Amino acid sequence: MSKISKFSVKQLSYTQQKALWGMLYVSPWLFGFLFFFFIPLIYSLRYSFSSIKANASGMSIEFTGLANYVEALTVNLNFNRTLVESIVNMVINVPLIVIFSLFLSVILNQKFFGRAAARSIFFLPVILASGVIANLEISSLIQMLNEQNASSGSFINALGSDELARMMLRSGVNETIVSYLTGAVDRIHQIVSQSGVQILIFLAGIQTISPQLYEASKIEGATGYETFWKITFPMVSPLILVNVIYTIIDSFSSNEMTALIKETGFTNFNFGLSSAMAWIYFLAIMIVLLVSTYFISKRIFYQE
Amino acid sequence: MIMRRLLSLENWQRWLWSLVRFVLIAGLSFVILYPIIQKLSTAIKDKADLYSPIVVFIPQHFSLDNFKQAITIMDYWKTLLNTFALSGATTVLTAISCALAGYAFARLKFKGSKFLFAGVILTILVPPTTIIIPIYMNLKEFSLMGFIPLITGKTVNLLDSYWPFILTSLTANSLKAGLYIFIFRQFFRGIPKEVEEAAYIDGAGIGSTFSRIMLPNAVPAIVTVLLFSFVWQWNDSFFTTTYLTSSKVMSTQLSSLPYNLSIMLEGGITTNKDPFYMSMVQDTGILLAILPLTILYLFVQRYFVESIERTGIVG
Repeated sequence: MSKISKFSVKQLSYTQQKALWGMLYVSPWLFGFLFFFFIPLIYSLRYSFSSIKANASGMSIEFTGLANYVEALTVNLNFNRTLVESIVNMVINVPLIVIFSLFLSVILNQKFFGRAAARSIFFLPVILASGVIANLEISSLIQMLNEQNASSGSFINALGSDELARMMLRSGVNETIVSYLTGAVDRIHQIVSQSGVQILIFLAGIQTISPQLYEASKIEGATGYETFWKITFPMVSPLILVNVIYTIIDSFSSNEMTALIKETGFTNFNFGLSSAMAWIYFLAIMIVLLVSTYFISKRIFYQE
Repeated sequence: MIMRRLLSLENWQRWLWSLVRFVLIAGLSFVILYPIIQKLSTAIKDKADLYSPIVVFIPQHFSLDNFKQAITIMDYWKTLLNTFALSGATTVLTAISCALAGYAFARLKFKGSKFLFAGVILTILVPPTTIIIPIYMNLKEFSLMGFIPLITGKTVNLLDSYWPFILTSLTANSLKAGLYIFIFRQFFRGIPKEVEEAAYIDGAGIGSTFSRIMLPNAVPAIVTVLLFSFVWQWNDSFFTTTYLTSSKVMSTQLSSLPYNLSIMLEGGITTNKDPFYMSMVQDTGILLAILPLTILYLFVQRYFVESIERTGIVG
């Protein structure tokens, strides 16, 4: 009897084994999470409330309360402008990118000649438009020269957004909407190059919709337009939230705000101010994320 | 009669839609490919063609001078090797550690694992700028909780070496690692539980179930993570410029290319210092930097496009 009980102590149940292995598998991540994320996060919060001075004996950290935040918001020349600009840019670009990528993924899902080639071209920005390449591309003089040439050329100009804007204004569309849309046309390269991953996600989502739904709707006589709004759109609506969040996160990697924070920290060695800026930025993004999640998740259709 | 007319109308509609679709896709493909074509044509241009109004895409005088210039300034071959080593190592380590964590979060539930997964989401949401300074200072005086000073007597400076990358990727906290954990978790959740239970009944432990049953089934997710991780590491300038100051990898070389170029031109023939010429060499440099990625993409894209559809990123 005692032998059996000893045995059962040694032999863990399946669930217990799983839990043990789970902890084992998670441990590398947990270790890194603590060292390279959580502790730095706490430190950064602490830095943001203090002034840091480097002297002979190393560093001295002095608690100064909200001084850094006040300095960032009221004294620093660039901070307010850059923060507002980057948030506004984000708010403008996110809906455009999401709508554009949904539209394109619907098109790329249809059968047509050269679909494989078109798909691989549209996913190319995932690879090329990130990090240092995108940053350098903006500063390319050759590109600017060519763009200038192009805009003076009559062919491009005739199809340009000016004509479009005039047409829409005449037909009585609201002016803000017109300028928003024409702005989108002018920034088409930026939008296309930022929506690679989003197209992938939507495309993957569309492909999980069961074909029976489409068949049934076709038999009932639905048009393509109706099937999109009644089937495709509701079915991929959870992914709209995913893509909105992804687009917001993706904009961290290259914008002026990031550059400003890094410059304050590593060129001017004002670690306290830099941390305070980073925290304000983080909070601002969190607010944007929460607000958009709140509004979108109310409208999402879940099958369950 | 009416039927036929209806049919032809539909037919027309279909043709029209095909046409619109073709124009749209061709146009947007052009928008995407334009910068690359542009760079290619700039790279093979001679300096004489730069101001020529006749030359738009195909140059009058072909020359490979820009390539030679960019290759010497960037120290291209060495840089290429370094970048391959760095990206390759971080990619493999990240994929392994993220797969382990993702599997644990998907299937090996323990007390508090949901809470920890919230931590993963947090790492995705917090901008890296917020935590970069403490990480930087931590790496400058790396002590591993006071463990290293106990042995050697002082802290180690890990900056300007590959250690920060190796450590963060080994512990699944490198660039965008939270996203990879998420991808793996979603994918493993999609594999039926019965498969796992059958393996257990046949006598496989958790470890061998993972390595011999789950991993071979997760090839799409693995390919996706490998590709993303490789490419983003290759292009990343944020962490690379922070951690590495003197080592030659592609992104640091690219960002310092304009500067190095102007120094070189100043040292040589001063009349050569023309902003457009500099931009020309810079474009060539960018082309050289993305060339390996593009070649890689050509080989894996088919697999990639197919696999992402089954990745379960959609969840």
